[in-house]
Amino acid sequence: MTVVIDYGAGNVGSVLKAIAYLGYPAEIAGSAKLLAGADKIILPGQGHFGAMMGELGRRGMIEPLREALGRGTPYLGICLGLQALYESSEEAPAVAGLGWLAGTVRRFTGPGKVPQVGWNQLEIRGGSRLLEGVANGSFVYYCHSYYAPVTAETAALTDYGGPYAAAVERGALWAVQFHPEKSGEVGLRVLQNFLAS
Amino acid sequence: MLAKRIIPCLDCQDGRVVKGVRFEGLRDAGDPGELADLYNREGADELVMLDISASRQGRATLMETVRCVARRLFIPLTVGGGVRTVDDARRLLAAGADKVSVNTAAVESPALVSELAAAFGRQAIVVAIDARRTGPLAQGREGAEIGRTAWQVMTYGGTRETGWDAVAWARRVEELGAGEILLTSMDADGTEAGFDCELTAAVSRAVQIPVIASGGAGNPAHFVEVFERGAADAALAASIFHYEGQTLGTLKQYLQTHGVPVRIVAG
Repeated sequence: MTVVIDYGAGNVGSVLKAIAYLGYPAEIAGSAKLLAGADKIILPGQGHFGAMMGELGRRGMIEPLREALGRGTPYLGICLGLQALYESSEEAPAVAGLGWLAGTVRRFTGPGKVPQVGWNQLEIRGGSRLLEGVANGSFVYYCHSYYAPVTAETAALTDYGGPYAAAVERGALWAVQFHPEKSGEVGLRVLQNFLAS
Repeated sequence: MLAKRIIPCLDCQDGRVVKGVRFEGLRDAGDPGELADLYNREGADELVMLDISASRQGRATLMETVRCVARRLFIPLTVGGGVRTVDDARRLLAAGADKVSVNTAAVESPALVSELAAAFGRQAIVVAIDARRTGPLAQGREGAEIGRTAWQVMTYGGTRETGWDAVAWARRVEELGAGEILLTSMDADGTEAGFDCELTAAVSRAVQIPVIASGGAGNPAHFVEVFERGAADAALAASIFHYEGQTLGTLKQYLQTHGVPVRIVAG
């Protein structure tokens, strides 16, 4: 069963709606209980990095999440669910991220407006399983003020005053900065690729 | 490159899409579910549904329409009209809206914008501003320079003057926690004579959050103008899509050939 983590904020409803539309079953997890038995985990996110990590901590979900990642349980992070994988974020410098990927999430410094809201393009690196069937240059929907650095794990880049990680992939660990649940056919394809993995 | 967004707007009254000129003389434009599907297929970047029903029954009908449309829509959906409380917004978000738009209630109680942002995140809060030209300011109001053209904020569907400067109000709602501003020129609305680029530029340059220009779109060149001269981040339109047979696909092709970055949907 695919488990969608609900830490009390954001876009869980629209992610569940997209999963249902694609014909896959999913369960909502608001506590650590379901994480141990999950076949796949999705962490959707929206809002503030510090608030998210704090809420995951209060719900006792951080260690079980790390353990699931350690076991190689397929994981899809969305927006803040991508940023959570890094060591830290400028949005809440005192709060530790999951530290599963090296680096710090930083705030956009322009020249575009902050937050970035709207559709921007993917520059896809070859061989991504998550982005299979997605054309290079496809547009996806973003809403964010902070971004993750481009590293070896970056599966696709987007440019907004400089390149940043649009998608990351390492084994069964996947994450996207954009909102696949709001990115039309392209987004549904990404979710489908994850759910079918 | 970040695309300029094209957003069809469905003004809904008692289960039908309607549209007037300068907020008056409403004409029927079709079924909201069918139009939402059509515009989505044609490549709309988002959809906005505004409830202009006066009745409780009309609002219940809109809620059902939102539920129905949202089930099969995977682009952002903004719903507004008559949102007065955090609970009103919660109901719309639960029905499947991604963002809620507030207008009159925000003017009457600016704290509502902060309460909504705290409850649902800024990204979910659109403050709609209906603005009308008042000519050059005779005396400086708060946040407005003497002598420049001014627009005042109107409420209750454009029927009531507030005396507030639209640019100053835009800055204020950004501080309060708005995620985006939906800026409608009442002078241009429904006229199909072009956006008020001066108004749009004044507001867009005054804030960091995206500004959606609305009111006056009548042909593809108007969109080029509002993105270039008006510095708009997105443009919203209704009549041109409902009545003029302008498809989103051909509009976006036009914009692309005129150097405006847009999202072209394949197929």
